[in-house]
Amino acid sequence: MNIEQLDFYTQAILSMAALVGLTSFLMLGQGRLLRLIFVFALQGFLLTLTTALAAYSLNSHHLYISAALTLVLKVIFIPWMLRREVLKMNMHRDIEALKNNTVVMLGGASLMVFSYYVLHPIVQSSSVVMLNALAVSLSVMLLGMLLMISHRQAIAHVVGFMSIENGLFFAAIVATNGMPMVVELGVAFDVLVAAVLFGIFFLHIRTSIDSLDVDLLNKLHEVDK
Amino acid sequence: MIAAYLVLLIPLVGILYFALAGHKTDTGKLNVRFNGICLLATIWLAINVLNQGTIISTGKAFLIDPFNVYLIVLTAFVGFTTSIFSSPYMAHEKEIGKLSDGRLKLYYSMFQGFMLAMYLVLTTNNMGIMWVAMEGATLATVLLVSLYRTPESIEAAWKYFILCGVGIAQALFGTILLYYAAVQIGDGENALLWSVLYENADKLNPEILEIAFVFLLIGYGTKIGLVPLHNWLPDAHSEGPTPMSAVLSGLLLNDALYAVVRNKMLVDGATDSNMAGYLMMGFGMLSFLVAAILLHRQKDIKRLFSYSSIEHMGLMTFAFGIGGPLATFAALLHMTVHSLTKSAIFVTVGHAAQLAGTQRIDQIRGLIKTQPRIGWGLLIGTIAIAGFPPFGVFTSEFLVLLATMHSYPWLAPLLLLGIGIAFAGLFRHIQPMVYGDRPEGQNPVTANLWPVTIHLALVLWLGLAIPGFLAHWFSQATLLISGSTPL
Repeated sequence: MNIEQLDFYTQAILSMAALVGLTSFLMLGQGRLLRLIFVFALQGFLLTLTTALAAYSLNSHHLYISAALTLVLKVIFIPWMLRREVLKMNMHRDIEALKNNTVVMLGGASLMVFSYYVLHPIVQSSSVVMLNALAVSLSVMLLGMLLMISHRQAIAHVVGFMSIENGLFFAAIVATNGMPMVVELGVAFDVLVAAVLFGIFFLHIRTSIDSLDVDLLNKLHEVDK
Repeated sequence: MIAAYLVLLIPLVGILYFALAGHKTDTGKLNVRFNGICLLATIWLAINVLNQGTIISTGKAFLIDPFNVYLIVLTAFVGFTTSIFSSPYMAHEKEIGKLSDGRLKLYYSMFQGFMLAMYLVLTTNNMGIMWVAMEGATLATVLLVSLYRTPESIEAAWKYFILCGVGIAQALFGTILLYYAAVQIGDGENALLWSVLYENADKLNPEILEIAFVFLLIGYGTKIGLVPLHNWLPDAHSEGPTPMSAVLSGLLLNDALYAVVRNKMLVDGATDSNMAGYLMMGFGMLSFLVAAILLHRQKDIKRLFSYSSIEHMGLMTFAFGIGGPLATFAALLHMTVHSLTKSAIFVTVGHAAQLAGTQRIDQIRGLIKTQPRIGWGLLIGTIAIAGFPPFGVFTSEFLVLLATMHSYPWLAPLLLLGIGIAFAGLFRHIQPMVYGDRPEGQNPVTANLWPVTIHLALVLWLGLAIPGFLAHWFSQATLLISGSTPL
């Protein structure tokens, strides 16, 4: 199947999927926190565009509300909060040296292949476009986890956490044209509360270990040593 | 149906009220009253279900059937008795200067918030809302884990937040896939309603549902505490205030398992293979054995019992995985008796730790000589949880064993081995704690041990004879989950 044969909406969705996937890779290799937050906001913006596009071409009004929620939460509020935290901790000049950057990037690429492999059975019942969209969402989730594993700063963990949410959101928009409104509001509420809680946590971690390096949180063990 | 709305409304009022006035001296008693009224409302709801059968609210937003109604009553009951225990416990914590007014407000408000999330998980008919409520339960309890603000408790809370948050994101992906399968056959707004999905389960695409179930099991399995996703559980249990450990162990784990079983019912309807069952059996057995072994290596009394919770949750997951009527009946019974026994144990553990001034097992000594009721409570509770007759845990574990011997005889030795290892692991730690001489300077504390007595009496009762209405519910629920009745 050639991409020119698809209608405009499907082509646009595929490009968006590619861009969202790309931003995830950009975040994965990013050592500077402020840039990481900027790319995260960019990913949120791409999601907003996708949602608005879906709302426009499917003519479903409740998706406009989701788009607005995404814009406010993921593009403005959460990046603003994280940025403020970075500036307050004076970490904006630090470059986090990533161990095994090459291995992490290769791992990211294999996770993408893995996502396609896992979701391949879906092709039998739906289109190739759907497979692409769902596989990219799944890989955005997995890349978010990899981001959390490979970075040590609590801020990077929050970005990873929220980018997992982004992957989920992308899947919900593209595959099912958005979840029912009550569910979507509920999820947005949870994300908001989670973001506020993260803010509170930064304060607590800072006062207890005087840093946001989560490698220093290492007092509890599975079995006592 | 009014009863169901009332069950959700009371904790909602509680959150707001305690957030404003949670620091006053009589708050603990007021919290007991809130939970007491809620318990009455759930009993009213239960009587309705007993008379009319399954209730679906107008608009189909809520569904009360025999499977969730007994869990709702159990949730309210454990919430009520835990609040009785928490009242003097928190007063003591405030007296010794571990907590300030603001933290008490937070504690009582979030206690109600957690109860609300639990009721919502159980009553909702919408699989999406179920996820939202499950995440809500994490969010409500995460600040309670770090209530004491020690470096350890902050670490535990951060771990709990990140692991459960990431874990439960998988469950949302599973729910999205479920919705994706559902919109292919039905209308959009109602497509996530469990009752609608269940009616049309045979039309759902089996390939998509199998993939979805893997994500759902991993997601909710993180909350159940299945190995290897259990890492947060001992930390969160040991560092938070003890009443929180009691409700986390007694309620949260149960409700996460409930969510998995609801989803399994849909997957079983859509596919012919027993894929979901095998996955649950595998994860369940692994958790059961690993936790039983890890019991031996614990040095902290609350970590000890949280590993015991993982072990029992593993056993229940395993039993639901076997899936026959007998195993399902046993798993339902085990959910009840485990949650009653474990919350009773955490109550005594909390007081034991207050007596000794530490949670370290090697420093807690001579409990029976210091305060006999706490010592005996802990000992009898441990006997019950280890699966001795005549307590209810024995009955349910025996039924699981019977079902295993019937369906998968080669797994029965593993099961027996695990029960043996766990028993040894518990008693090598408990024996020196309860017996022996009283250390110098160890004085009795004010404690309300009625919850322990009532819980253990109920577990004993369930071990001797299951009351008619409960047996009726269990067999109705078994019929719903496994397709036939055990009796």
